[in-house]
Amino acid sequence: MRSDRLNRSPMGLKIAAAAGLAFLHLPILLIFLYAFTTEEKSYQFPPPGLTAQWFAVAWNRPDVWAALTLSVKVAAIATSVALVLGTLCAAAVSQTRFFGRETISLLVILPIALPGIITGIALRSAFSMADIPFSFWTIVLGHATFCIVVVYNNAVARFRRISGSLIEASMDLGADGFQTFRHIILPNIGTALLAGGMLAFALSFDEVIVTTFTAGQQSTLPIWMLEELIRPRQRPVTNVVAMVVVLVTFLPILGAYYLTRDGDQIAGAGK
Amino acid sequence: MTAFAEPLVLPERRGPAGRLSDFFWKHPHLLLTVMLAPPLLWLGVVYLGSLFALLLQSFFSIDDFSGLINYEFTLATYRQLLSETNLDIILRTVTMAATVTLASAVIAFPIAYYAARYAQGKWKVLFYLGVMLPLWSSYLVKIYAWKLILAKEGILTWIFEKLHLLWLLDGWLSLPVVGGNSLSVSYTGTFIVFVYVWLPFMILPIQAALERVPGNLIEASSDLGGTPAQTFRHVLFPLALPGIVAGSIFTFSLTLGDYIIPQIVGSSRLFIGQAVYAQQGTAGNIPLAAAFTVVPIVIMGAYLFVAKRMGAFDAL
Repeated sequence: MRSDRLNRSPMGLKIAAAAGLAFLHLPILLIFLYAFTTEEKSYQFPPPGLTAQWFAVAWNRPDVWAALTLSVKVAAIATSVALVLGTLCAAAVSQTRFFGRETISLLVILPIALPGIITGIALRSAFSMADIPFSFWTIVLGHATFCIVVVYNNAVARFRRISGSLIEASMDLGADGFQTFRHIILPNIGTALLAGGMLAFALSFDEVIVTTFTAGQQSTLPIWMLEELIRPRQRPVTNVVAMVVVLVTFLPILGAYYLTRDGDQIAGAGK
Repeated sequence: MTAFAEPLVLPERRGPAGRLSDFFWKHPHLLLTVMLAPPLLWLGVVYLGSLFALLLQSFFSIDDFSGLINYEFTLATYRQLLSETNLDIILRTVTMAATVTLASAVIAFPIAYYAARYAQGKWKVLFYLGVMLPLWSSYLVKIYAWKLILAKEGILTWIFEKLHLLWLLDGWLSLPVVGGNSLSVSYTGTFIVFVYVWLPFMILPIQAALERVPGNLIEASSDLGGTPAQTFRHVLFPLALPGIVAGSIFTFSLTLGDYIIPQIVGSSRLFIGQAVYAQQGTAGNIPLAAAFTVVPIVIMGAYLFVAKRMGAFDAL
């Protein structure tokens, strides 16, 4: 039995934890304020006035739209590739025992365990050695490489919870391998794949380090932002884009959380 | 289903899908190969291949006159890596990574401990999402937010001014190494942004480690007369250590390789990531860039080896 006194948290701990969470969230909230500022030449605080005009300005910018479209396309294709490869890998690792299983888990995690700059420069020098020109597909190739792990992590966690007898029962009742996959395995891992896919999409949509090495002249939304960060030209438009990016990335994360919250494994914990 | 009436050994399946299914059932190893081949080709050949090709380049050198790569085995590039300026870059990066790791651990611990031991129900979800949302929100947007905060005309200066503490900020900025013209062009700024961006990576593994500490262990310690400080020192901290080490793998590795944060918020002195970027880009010296990437790989390799011995991987 716990006494009430011990179950209550010390005041100091409470304050430290609250301060830590505030430290994590206040900077992001500040971006929302800056999206409405009337000041366009500096990062002046407090803003001299508030306006919503920059939303209209940003809406009418073709370069922002082009970057956004490219990012969405790259993320969609990289996510699809990662979904197929990650699921195959997770199925093989969790459903069978074979020599080198541990090595495969390590191999999948490597692209995000190593600093992004190493993955980026390795791919870049490989492309130039093989005389592959930089294109849309080189960006996708880089993104898919590190998106696999997110799908893999989610799928492996779910595969562990599917009992093997379920699959055997399906086979005993006369279903072939494809039917078992379609009617037994897929419904069971569906939400995990959806969650993994959403996180992979968010990861790809946001990725900048590998992209700077694998993109030629094209600019994804993060690359567009990076240029604005290094040489600020249109601060108000950047503020609006930053705010929209925050809102857009929150959705898949919340979605992935609700899809996997019953599980023991937490989606995205191994980003 | 009429499966009961059928004979024990079913006839062969019909159709290409059925036959394929039977074939794989009889040859499970072949199925495994078919399943593993695409991901292994992608990761093992494309990714590992590029990685090895890169490492191989660090043993080549660049011709000083033509600027072309000289494909002969040499250690000259590594000799160049160990020159004074380059060692300076490495030392600066490792020091930054170490301080960032320490600071993240200190800030992360109370959050993780509260979330693991005291937060219940709704609060638990709140804490979880409270760490998850910053972790997954856009990396560049987070840096951008700090550019707004640390700017000379930004919110931080304003707060110091309102509190009549501007002298404190100016005093700090006039210090030799950590200071600078404003926070956004000083090491202090770089340090704060690093801590901010990697903090969630530290919180999650510490929380995972603390979730496994039974509450009655803490109570037993205080029943036996341990002060809160002693309980922390002798019970809580040793049990949380694998989590801290696991988190430090992320904070350390990510700081070692990052080149965007010090470029946007910081002084003009280079970090490893920036050196790699400059060598492969403007300087066109791929061998030296490759040799530079070996540094974080070696450091992280050693780090992972020690971490594994401390049982950090169980907390991931």
